[in-house]
Amino acid sequence: MTKKLTGDNIFKVLAAVMAASAAVILIINAYILITGSTLILQQEGINFLIGKNWNPVIGRESFGVLPFVMGTLVTSSIALLIGVPLSLGIAIFLVEMAPKAVKVPISYLVELLAAVPSVIFGLWGLFILRFWVQNYVETPLNTYLGWFPLFSGTPLGLDFFTAGIILAIMIIPTVASVSREVLTAVPDSIREGAYSIGATKWEVIRHWVLSYGRSGIFGAVILGLGRAVGETMAVTMVIGNAPNAMPTSLFSPGQTLPSLIANGFLEAPTPLEKSAYIGAGLVLLLISLIINIVAHVMVTRVLKVKGGAVE
Amino acid sequence: MKTMYTVAAAIVAIVIIIGGVFAYTALQTPAATPTPTPSTNPTQTPTSSPSASPSVSPTSSAPVTLNGAGATFPQPFLNATIVHYTTNIKPSVQINYQGVGSGQGVSSFTSKTVDFACSDAPLTATQREAAPNALHIPETIGAITVAYNLPGVSSELKLTGEIIANIYLGTITNWNDPAIAAINSGVTLPDHAITTVHRSDNSGTTNWFTKYLCLVSSAWDNDVGSGTSVQWPGGLGAAGNANVAATISQTQYSVGYIELAYALQNGVPVAAIQNAAGNFVLPSLESTTAAAQSLPSSGLPSGSESWENVVLLNTSGEQAYPIVTPTYMLLYQELNVIPGMTLDKATQLVQYVWYVVHDGQALAPALEYASLPANLVALNEETLNSITFNGQHLTTH
Repeated sequence: MTKKLTGDNIFKVLAAVMAASAAVILIINAYILITGSTLILQQEGINFLIGKNWNPVIGRESFGVLPFVMGTLVTSSIALLIGVPLSLGIAIFLVEMAPKAVKVPISYLVELLAAVPSVIFGLWGLFILRFWVQNYVETPLNTYLGWFPLFSGTPLGLDFFTAGIILAIMIIPTVASVSREVLTAVPDSIREGAYSIGATKWEVIRHWVLSYGRSGIFGAVILGLGRAVGETMAVTMVIGNAPNAMPTSLFSPGQTLPSLIANGFLEAPTPLEKSAYIGAGLVLLLISLIINIVAHVMVTRVLKVKGGAVE
Repeated sequence: MKTMYTVAAAIVAIVIIIGGVFAYTALQTPAATPTPTPSTNPTQTPTSSPSASPSVSPTSSAPVTLNGAGATFPQPFLNATIVHYTTNIKPSVQINYQGVGSGQGVSSFTSKTVDFACSDAPLTATQREAAPNALHIPETIGAITVAYNLPGVSSELKLTGEIIANIYLGTITNWNDPAIAAINSGVTLPDHAITTVHRSDNSGTTNWFTKYLCLVSSAWDNDVGSGTSVQWPGGLGAAGNANVAATISQTQYSVGYIELAYALQNGVPVAAIQNAAGNFVLPSLESTTAAAQSLPSSGLPSGSESWENVVLLNTSGEQAYPIVTPTYMLLYQELNVIPGMTLDKATQLVQYVWYVVHDGQALAPALEYASLPANLVALNEETLNSITFNGQHLTTH
């Protein structure tokens, strides 16, 4: 039963080591976040999760991350609401309609969008997009629909809404590229069958193609959501960084968990405050984990495609 | 069987990785062998001062690298002194300064990974305990301005400390508030809501600005307090002086606090603020210097004592600007506590700091920092002369 050290075996071991490293990194990460945040969790207890006050002034300390959790969820939701329909439109057009001469350059452009560093999106958001949003979207909405709580307040262009739009643009390449791959993988026999029973193009896409690829598309959306939840630089630059701002209006400045950490962590003067930022990182990790678990359950249980056919 | 081998190999790899991480942390904790840049490596080419490398004069000792980190507030001034010193005075010395912020500077200083640090705020009692025998060396003095963006208002705006506090508290919400109008007769103030801008990161500037607001407004003192970061009642936040300046200049009807140099660079108008003598004073080199003059000639702490009570806010001078702050260099009194320190390096370090507080001060006014008054220079001389390496006093100049 001696084992020969063949190339294949060495390769297998190497690959296994690489695979294991992903798990190890996650475990080390979680370990450091948990040990780093014990101080704040002992001090604040459950208040850390549900408290609305973040006050680092020495002698008046109170650390609650709820406003930032809400900020993260609000901006990510706006990003999905705007970004997913756009991305799906891009993917459907590229796979089902575009002639080859258009298909290739547009695919490249969409993927190039993913290569733009987030700080560039942030700068563009801060110096250009902000004023478009403020002058052409927020001010009219605020003037005519200001009675509606979502559109109340003073539109400054540095708020949840602008941050959501920036995030929407940033998730488009991810969602569009993955959706395109998913739609390309839908067998042509499905389309041919559908056309043969007299379906229109819209019906084929709506009832057969999208239905066939929906678990893949859902996966693409979750990838996009993951990016939106964790995006730091661009959001920090356009969200207005108001402390303790529970999102009351789309047009109010606020913060997300990543922007909170980016702003404060480096120079946190006391161990308690430092621990509070690490705790915020732990909450962010938990949110990502929950999103991924829910996504996994959705994909495997709810959206299961049976035998490649439409239900 | 194959899977058994694979799993075994993966486990071994994980153990090696984790072991490596812990071994690394274990080596780090005694602070005995950190891995800063090699201090006496002639092949290392200086990045900031190209003239330093090849043309080392034969008489001078081997090249020495001094590393510092900390506040961004004095960074323009420090950079100027470094360039001048390493080009014209000591080409054999290379000095690196990283503007990472006061807080990070103090923690690098405490963990002894830098040779010197800079901080806007003096060390607190707890910080002094963590870094025994730390010395404060006031290096320069600057002003914090209240800058504003008021379209259609070209004349200069006057504000009092209490009005500024009330604006930030949210009790004054409109530019044409009677309190503002009363001291700005002749200025047509717009009927528009005020947007406040503050620092979103931990900042020495915020620390001094909120300390000033505590001095002039009991409401601010009760409701908010002071610190490097506070619970702002509202408004927009931006990270760093430069971003606050940009936010003010881009946001109509906004007001915010920034250091003088940043206000001048960005061309944002700044308010004249009422000082303790009742005069409205614009921030300038002169009014900053006037505030610095009011430091008591005696009774200042020595370099090794606490500087927490040395405050240049709301000083009594007739023409003194009310929001003025000193900024400090931090050094250890016995330099052998820093790993890799040699007698030569310690001497070079002390001589550089000696230069900063003497001839280097000539570079400050051009950058809108006030030169140190004579009593502080004398105090710094005493402090620098007290520095030792292995108990041996150093040639300071």
